[in-house]
Amino acid sequence: MIVNGQEETLDEPISVADLLERKGLRAARVAVELNGAIVPRAKRAETMLKGTDTLEIVTFVQGG
Amino acid sequence: MTTNESTSEPTLDELVGTATNTALLPEPDAHAYDAIATGEADPLILGGHKFTSRFILGSGRYDLNLIKATIENAGTQIVTMALRRCRTTENNLLDYIPKGITMLPNTSGARNAEEAVRIARLAREVCETDFVKVEIEHETKYLLPDNAETIRATEMLAKEGFVVMPYMFPDPIAARQLEDAGAACVMPLGSLIGSNKGLRMRDFIEVIIANAHVPVIIDAGIGRPSQAAEAMEMGADAVMAYTAIASAGNIPVMARAFKHAIEAGREAYLAGLGTVTEGHAVPSSPTNAADYLSPSAPTA
Repeated sequence: MIVNGQEETLDEPISVADLLERKGLRAARVAVELNGAIVPRAKRAETMLKGTDTLEIVTFVQGG
Repeated sequence: MTTNESTSEPTLDELVGTATNTALLPEPDAHAYDAIATGEADPLILGGHKFTSRFILGSGRYDLNLIKATIENAGTQIVTMALRRCRTTENNLLDYIPKGITMLPNTSGARNAEEAVRIARLAREVCETDFVKVEIEHETKYLLPDNAETIRATEMLAKEGFVVMPYMFPDPIAARQLEDAGAACVMPLGSLIGSNKGLRMRDFIEVIIANAHVPVIIDAGIGRPSQAAEAMEMGADAVMAYTAIASAGNIPVMARAFKHAIEAGREAYLAGLGTVTEGHAVPSSPTNAADYLSPSAPTA
């Protein structure tokens, strides 16, 4: 699985919501894109990840 | 020629060849004292949302602990931000933005319309804002906006219900095309981003303002409060600034100086600027020569 451009190993099936929690990321502060499509907040708990997935997790930073 | 008969020296009127300056201050317009809508009665409207502040603030690179004071001093209601990969949500920008502020995510990093749409959708997912500042650039030396891709992105995003605020090179034809594509405003650059050089593109921005049906917001290059006031005096609807404030000696006080300048410039525009004359003065005191005191006072 590739998360934000970095290879990560996936030992067991995990949901998007659980991955955010494991990474210590606050769910309310991020958006998640799975293989190019946004995973809406309401679908994060039921969306399971596979080893072939590409994930982008983004947030706001300072900018003009 | 002259009514001054007490001296044989030529008078200034004789030297410059005019007998009398007959220019008069124009009579005040019949409505010059009427009440007009200013301040809260003169809102900036973007995509149906009303704002009483005409100052949009960039959030880049301040000390996060200064953001709240800067926003409050600026009196701003709209703050921009960028979207990037998330390594941590500790000390997140959103934790430092006061409640009630409208988030304006930009699409910086996008090189074409499709990438801008992707970033806008993700930004909407983070904070449920429909506002997006479209910014499409190909390089980081000049950070010039690609108007053609910006027009495409604007059309795509407007169809998805976004309030689209496109950063653009001040081409009046592109401004019209952005309007037609559904832009909520246009945001021409005054000079290069972060250059603090002011309204170098003034002549073309004036053409955009004269023909726009949406607000015109000067987005880049405004470097000092007098330049912000100048933009507002010529009819810009709002000013966005960041570097001018972030690079100032005191950030919150400079934010307040910009607030005053933008308000002053707006009121000057609404009031209607006075007439400019060339080649002669317009006396503001009576010039009837017979009413002047004698040139030299009699000695006692």
